[in-house]
Amino acid sequence: MNDKFNPPVGRFSKINGKCISLLGDDIDTDRIIPARFLKCVNFDSLGKSVFDDDRKALQGKHPFDLESNKGASILIVNSNFGCGSSREHAPQALMRWGIKAIIGESFADIFYSNCIAIGIPCFTLSKNSIKIIQKYIDNKDLILKIDLLKSNASSKDLNFHLEIKETSRQMFLSGEWDTTSKLIENVDLIENKLNDLPYIKFNPKF
Amino acid sequence: MSQDTLFDKVWELHKVANLPGGSDQIFIGLHLIHEVTSPQAFGALKDKNLKVKFPNRTVATVDHIVPTDNQSRPFKDNLAEQMIHTLEKNCLEHKIKFFNIGSGKQGIVHVVAPELGLTQPGMTIACGDSHTSTHGAFGSIAFGIGTSQVRDVLASQTIAMNKLKVRQIWCENKLSNGIYAKDLVLHIINRLGVKAGVGYAYEFAGPAISALSMEERMTICNMSIEGGARCGYINPDEKTFSYIKDKLCSPQNKNWDKATQWWESLRSNENSIYDDVVKIDASKVEPTVTWGITPGQSIGINQKIPSLKEIHPNDKFIAGEAYDYMGFKPGQPIKDTPIDVCFIGSCTNGRISDLRVAAKVLGNHKIAKNIRAFVVPGSERVAKEAKEEGLDKIFLNAGFQWREPGCSMCLAMNSDKLIGNQVSASSSNRNFKGRQGSPSGRTLLMSPAMVAAAAIKGKVSDVRDFLNK
Repeated sequence: MNDKFNPPVGRFSKINGKCISLLGDDIDTDRIIPARFLKCVNFDSLGKSVFDDDRKALQGKHPFDLESNKGASILIVNSNFGCGSSREHAPQALMRWGIKAIIGESFADIFYSNCIAIGIPCFTLSKNSIKIIQKYIDNKDLILKIDLLKSNASSKDLNFHLEIKETSRQMFLSGEWDTTSKLIENVDLIENKLNDLPYIKFNPKF
Repeated sequence: MSQDTLFDKVWELHKVANLPGGSDQIFIGLHLIHEVTSPQAFGALKDKNLKVKFPNRTVATVDHIVPTDNQSRPFKDNLAEQMIHTLEKNCLEHKIKFFNIGSGKQGIVHVVAPELGLTQPGMTIACGDSHTSTHGAFGSIAFGIGTSQVRDVLASQTIAMNKLKVRQIWCENKLSNGIYAKDLVLHIINRLGVKAGVGYAYEFAGPAISALSMEERMTICNMSIEGGARCGYINPDEKTFSYIKDKLCSPQNKNWDKATQWWESLRSNENSIYDDVVKIDASKVEPTVTWGITPGQSIGINQKIPSLKEIHPNDKFIAGEAYDYMGFKPGQPIKDTPIDVCFIGSCTNGRISDLRVAAKVLGNHKIAKNIRAFVVPGSERVAKEAKEEGLDKIFLNAGFQWREPGCSMCLAMNSDKLIGNQVSASSSNRNFKGRQGSPSGRTLLMSPAMVAAAAIKGKVSDVRDFLNK
C-alpha cells in the first residue's frame, strides 16, 4: 500500500504500472470493502482495509498481500467486477491501496461511474485477452503502458486494444472527469428545467 | 435504441444538456440522502466552496447505521453516533429536510419516500444507494449513485450519465398461491443472470406484474440492481395512483387531477421499441431460495443445488466459490437446510404487507429452538401500523424479537450480525460473502413468508405447507 496518497488531478493520457491479477467473476463491493468500514465521514483510511475479509480468509495469500504485487497499480479482473452496493468507498479503497487503472472483462454500472468520477479509468478486454494477461502474471511481472490517446496497453511481450466508453476517455484526456464544475456551468439551463417540469407545479410545497 | 417507452419519455424530459463526449446532463427531481454516502459529498462541497443548489429537492433520513435495540442518543457505537451527528449538522447547515429518529417518518430511505408520497411517477430519483431502483415501482426513473454523484446532485441538481438501454421483462400468467414478488424477482435474476442488466433499465410488465400490489412491485424493482440493472420500473396504473393519493407529500385537490392526467401520459406506448424483450412465465415460479453467494444462485424449494455440469460455463467459477463458501454440495436439496438466524426486514421486504404475510404464516406457531429471529420494520410508520394491527404480538409470541426500524442485518452496519458461519434465512437482497456481518456468515435469500416458515421449522421449508392447512 502507498504510504502517501496523492489523488489524480487534471488531464492525463498515460498510465504505466505493474499489474496485479485478481481472479473471479461477480466480485462485489461488499468484498472490496466490507460494510463495517463504511462507518467513516471521509475516505482517508480505507486503503489498508481493501478486501479485508477475503485477505484474512486467505491468510497472506491474497493477491493484495503478496510481496510480488507490492507497488502494483493496474488491476486485472474478470467479469461484472464491482457489482452490488453503490458505495464509492470501494474504488476509493482500491485507489488508496495504489490502484490507478482497472482492466477487466466487464464492470457493474455504478462501480464503473464511481471509478470514472474519482479518476480511475476502467477498460474492457475480451475474456480471452484477460486470460492471457492473467496467465502471464502467474509466471512473471507484467508492466503495462496504457495509452488513452491510442486506447491501447502494451508491454515488451503483449499488446492489446482497450475498450473504454468514449465519454470517459474524453473526460480523462480533457481533464474534465471531475464533473461538478462542468455541470454547474449550465446553471441557467438547470433553472429553466426546474421551472419546466410538470411535477414541480403539482407539488408546490414539496 | 429504445423509443417511446416510459424510460425514454422521462429521460428526455429531464435532459438539461448534451455533454461533450456523449453523455447527458440529467436533472434529478428528487434526491434522497442518508448518513453513509453523504458526508464525503458535503465535505467536497465545502472544499469547493459550493452551496446546495435546491435544498428543498433533497430529503434525508438515517437508516444504515441505526441500532435497532437501543436508539437512545448518543449511540453506544461512537462511529455510528459520529455519522448521524454529521448528517444532522449537514442538513441543518444546508436547510435540508431531515426525518430523524422519533419523527414518526424515519426509516429505510426506500421505504420512507414512497410512504410519504415523495416518490411519484415521471420523476427522476437518485440516492447514494444501489437499491434506489425500488422507486421505479411508481413509474419513476430511479437509480443509485456514488458519493461523487451525490456531490454533483447537491451542487447542481443534475448528474452526467449515459442513457441506458431498455429491456422489457414481460411476465405472463400469474403467481400461484404462496409465491410472492420476491420469488418472482429471484427467479428472473436466476434466468437472466446477475450481469445481464449492465447498461440496461428493466421495464417489468405483463399480467403477473399488473396483478402485484405496489409494495410487491417495490420488491421487484428493488432487486433490479441484483440483476445488474441500475434502474428498474413499472408503468403506473390505477394501483399506483391510489397508493399515492392522500399521502403527506402527494398532489392535492386540483393538482391531483392534473398530476394523474400527466402520469397517464408517461406509460410506455403500445408500439414502444425496446432494445430487448424477455418473457417469463410467472405460473412456473416456485418458492425460491438462494444457495450461493450471488442473488442469481437460486433454486426452487424442491430443487437440488446444481452441479458444475448444469451450470453455464461463464458461471462455473463463481459457482465453485459458492460451494466452498457455503459448505453445500452439488446435488444437495435446499429444503431442510438447518437455519440459525431469521431476519425479516430491509428495503426489499420490510414493509407492512411483508410483515402481515409473515405474521399470517406464524399464526400461533412458536419458532424452533436455538433460532435467533428478529423483525426490523422498514420505517417508524410501518412499525406503528404493525403495532396497531397487533402484528408485533404475533411475532413476539412466536419468539421473534421486535426491533426498531433501520437497515439492520441486511448489511450489518449496526450490531445485528451473524456469528461465525451461521446460516440465515433472510428477506433481504444480498447473499454476498460476509454481507450479514460475519466474514464466514451464510445468507439464504427468500420471501418473508418463507423466512417465517424457516423460523418455525428451524430449517428451510415450503411455506405452502403452512398456508394450505
